[in-house]
Amino acid sequence: MTTTSTSAMGGIVRRKEDPALIAGKGRYVDDIKLNGEAAAVFVRSPFAHAKINSIDTSAATAMDGVLAVYTAEDTRHLGDLLAQVAVGSLRPLLADGAVHHAGEAVAMVVAENAYIAKDAADAVMVDYDPLPAVVDMKDAVKDEIKAHEDAESNVLLTWYSHDWWPGVFELEDHRPAIAAAKERDDVVVVSQEMTNQRLIPVAIEPRAVLADYNSGYGRVNVWSSSQIPHALAGAIAKTFGMTSHDVHVVAPEVGGGFGAKLNVYPDEMLVVFASKELSRPVRWTETRREAAYSTIQGRGWVGTATITGTKDGEILGYELDAIADMGAYSQNFTVAIPVLGLYVAQGQYNVPLAWQITCVHTNTQTTDAYRGAGRPEAIYYVERIIDMYAAAIGMDPADVRKKNFFKKDEFPATTAIGLTMDSGNYEYNLDTLLEDVDYDGLRKMQKDARDEGRYIGIGLSTYVEVCGFAPSVLAEFGFGWDAYGLPTSFSGSGLVRVNPDGSATVIIGTGPSGQGHQTTWAQVVSERLGIPVDAIRVTHGDTFESPTGVGTFGSRSAAVDGAATYEAAEKVRMKAAELVAHMLEASAEDIQFADGGAHVAGSPGHTVTWAEIAEVAYKPHKGPEGLEAGLEAHAVFSPGNATWPFGSHLAVVEVDPGTGDVKILRYVAVDDCGNRINPMIVDGQIHGGIAQGVGQALFEEAIYDENGNLLTGSLVDYPLPTAGDLPAFELGWTNTPTDVNPMGVKGIGEAGTIGSAQTIVNAVVDAVRPLGVTHIDMPLRPRKVWDAIQKARG
Amino acid sequence: MQVSMTVNGSEVSGDVEPRTLLVHFIRENLRLTGTHVGCETSYCGACTIHVDGTPVKSCTMLAVQANGANITTVEGLADGDNLHPVQEGFWERHGLQCGFCTPGMIMSASALLAENDNPSEDEIRHGIEGNLCRCTGYHNIVRSIEYAAAKMRGEEPAPPDWTQDFEGATA
Ligand code: FES
Ligand code: FES
Repeated sequence: MTTTSTSAMGGIVRRKEDPALIAGKGRYVDDIKLNGEAAAVFVRSPFAHAKINSIDTSAATAMDGVLAVYTAEDTRHLGDLLAQVAVGSLRPLLADGAVHHAGEAVAMVVAENAYIAKDAADAVMVDYDPLPAVVDMKDAVKDEIKAHEDAESNVLLTWYSHDWWPGVFELEDHRPAIAAAKERDDVVVVSQEMTNQRLIPVAIEPRAVLADYNSGYGRVNVWSSSQIPHALAGAIAKTFGMTSHDVHVVAPEVGGGFGAKLNVYPDEMLVVFASKELSRPVRWTETRREAAYSTIQGRGWVGTATITGTKDGEILGYELDAIADMGAYSQNFTVAIPVLGLYVAQGQYNVPLAWQITCVHTNTQTTDAYRGAGRPEAIYYVERIIDMYAAAIGMDPADVRKKNFFKKDEFPATTAIGLTMDSGNYEYNLDTLLEDVDYDGLRKMQKDARDEGRYIGIGLSTYVEVCGFAPSVLAEFGFGWDAYGLPTSFSGSGLVRVNPDGSATVIIGTGPSGQGHQTTWAQVVSERLGIPVDAIRVTHGDTFESPTGVGTFGSRSAAVDGAATYEAAEKVRMKAAELVAHMLEASAEDIQFADGGAHVAGSPGHTVTWAEIAEVAYKPHKGPEGLEAGLEAHAVFSPGNATWPFGSHLAVVEVDPGTGDVKILRYVAVDDCGNRINPMIVDGQIHGGIAQGVGQALFEEAIYDENGNLLTGSLVDYPLPTAGDLPAFELGWTNTPTDVNPMGVKGIGEAGTIGSAQTIVNAVVDAVRPLGVTHIDMPLRPRKVWDAIQKARG
Repeated sequence: MQVSMTVNGSEVSGDVEPRTLLVHFIRENLRLTGTHVGCETSYCGACTIHVDGTPVKSCTMLAVQANGANITTVEGLADGDNLHPVQEGFWERHGLQCGFCTPGMIMSASALLAENDNPSEDEIRHGIEGNLCRCTGYHNIVRSIEYAAAKMRGEEPAPPDWTQDFEGATA
């Protein structure tokens, strides 16, 4: 069978996850049922900003089957929701005296079942005094209306590229040099304000949480649709004064995350609270419409990008002056998301940089990490403006990019904000793409089409991403997990155990939501030990199994927890080699592991199986003297640097100027994530990432009206790309390994998204440039494209 | 109200409130949790099942409306231990990541192929437009369905199109 060619690293292995999932036997939170379960439903605010005068719960409480109705009166003592970067206003678990965004939870009803709870929620009477709301981030900066009535300002802070971490990085302020360059006669200055609109993540599985507090054991069991089970356990422990070894969090099958489930949420705390109060298991399942109020949103930037460069394509300065919308409350990473953008602000270009980005509160849902988190926004701005610069000086966009790249021999390269990029070979990667598509031929096809009156556009984007965050010192910057009582920083955890029967158990600290960790990690361990993939069981997302864990986000799992697992497997291998040496009367250095067992190098006939090795390991009297019984190892891996994947994407689109309709004719991506453990899974990650970037480019937008009501809370108003909207993706690959982890792997979960939105926009603008259009803000729905064409035509 | 129907070949019945959606009857009363709820408003397709052989989003139907119907859910699609070709295709061509859309997607695709076992890529893409997937970008879902179609026609499926290692990948 072609798809099970090999179990070693770099091989295509069918996923171990799939048999259950394709048979309908996967278990997501909502599929788990406990005896005596009660259901929670939230009462949510219809106003974006209002004072709460009173809440009358009496009618609801009196209803048959209602167990309790809780308000801030009951939960205030638990404190605000914990946040990693506690800058700005933190979220109370239930609105306390005022609401600050539409849909904010005001009360929680717990009843025998969800139907009763819903009816009772409707019977909770809340008396509000509406207050003016500030919705637009540009208005927020003016501070005429405050998102939080008692706050001094909506502005939380401004991040500056030259001064983003005072005291740690001594950086040059490039602003004077850029200002001077603007005075030269041989330069052009190209500037554009652009919106990177707010998005709703929409994992297809809504969030769900089930808590079962048992006072007898002094323990709470929690099942949550979470990317960060260990952080959740830590947060519960901290909030309820427990120790985290009494909090068992399991993230079972998780139906997509994309950052939506990379938060500790108030509902998670509240069902634990209710379970504790009522001594019953309590469940809450988000409805799709509610998700727009109960789950974070992403992006939401507006900013002006400027390139100052010579007429022959040398960039003398890149500036961005932007505002980022934090929404009403700071949650997990909220205020730090723009910093992740700052990390890759200059893209692949070795150019002077002057970035400033102001974070504001508005009366809208919180923003936080959505696939890419800051990096798609950053790359969008630089890649859009470089295209506009290329057009302004009449140079091919590929050539302008190449001219300003960090060169291969400059790696490890230092960015303008003082970070070190591990490895890169940008020109080779872009050339691979251009060759794959026959770029010159494409441009000729485009010209021929134009002669026939067809508007074909070719869009190009390169990107660099930063992922697998490290080093641990960053924890001190507020990115660590100490806020949740989880002092693990950015390390990864891998535990490898060879069982008495010769099979292996692998326990990792990740919280995947479809990334195929069971398969990939089995490959890593199989490659080290020679135990077949089928005989390796991988467990993740369980805080009682894995000693520590940071979860799955920021494209970190393979590069960090993967590396930890690699090292744990290596420790097991070393010990097993001693056992085998004893068994085969050879020297440990000569032992090799392959094909389900071990042999002495040079005499492959002389073998022992893993079951035989395990027997000796667990019966110490059979093993070498002095060697501890058992065969397992745990490793924590703390990388010295993040990894910095990169790539080049190209789209060919056709625009119908009569309707504004955009059709994607081709989408080609050549990504570089270093060595690949399972190329099939890597490709899948890229596909999904591209689809989300295309979704942003063409369809998706969270729109609030001026009163702060979300107009796009359902899937009717918030169209996701369907199969019919997307083309088949053409993928290529280059390989520039990293040396920050022993496998040479970089993350790939977000790359597709980071590379794609501007690729589409660049292509569409390229198509209609002959009509005078220079920019259109996303999403490029037909009406908007049509309007832009009309406007350009005058 | 009393309802009875045939689900995956077995006669089942239950007492439901009139407002109970079919998807909830399947999930809660029958405890067949492979049929998922992604939106409850007929947009995502995660709840797709077959009712008398036709694909239906089971959140758009009341349990009482299915009285007497013959229903297949994802749990009933395989023939004992033999996967349905669509299930096999999804496994062979990496047609799923988180798996949440997968049961609905598989039920839509199997209905599509029952009608036409040689659909074009375009027909497949439009045929599954009622099913949303946020993970895969649909590329491998299309390949999975093509794989299944070939199998159902008794042909050898086209080889997978994932990126291969190539001379010069590392420069
Ligand atoms: S749950 Fe039925 S279509 Fe979404
Ligand atoms: S596989 Fe996750 S939604 Fe389709």
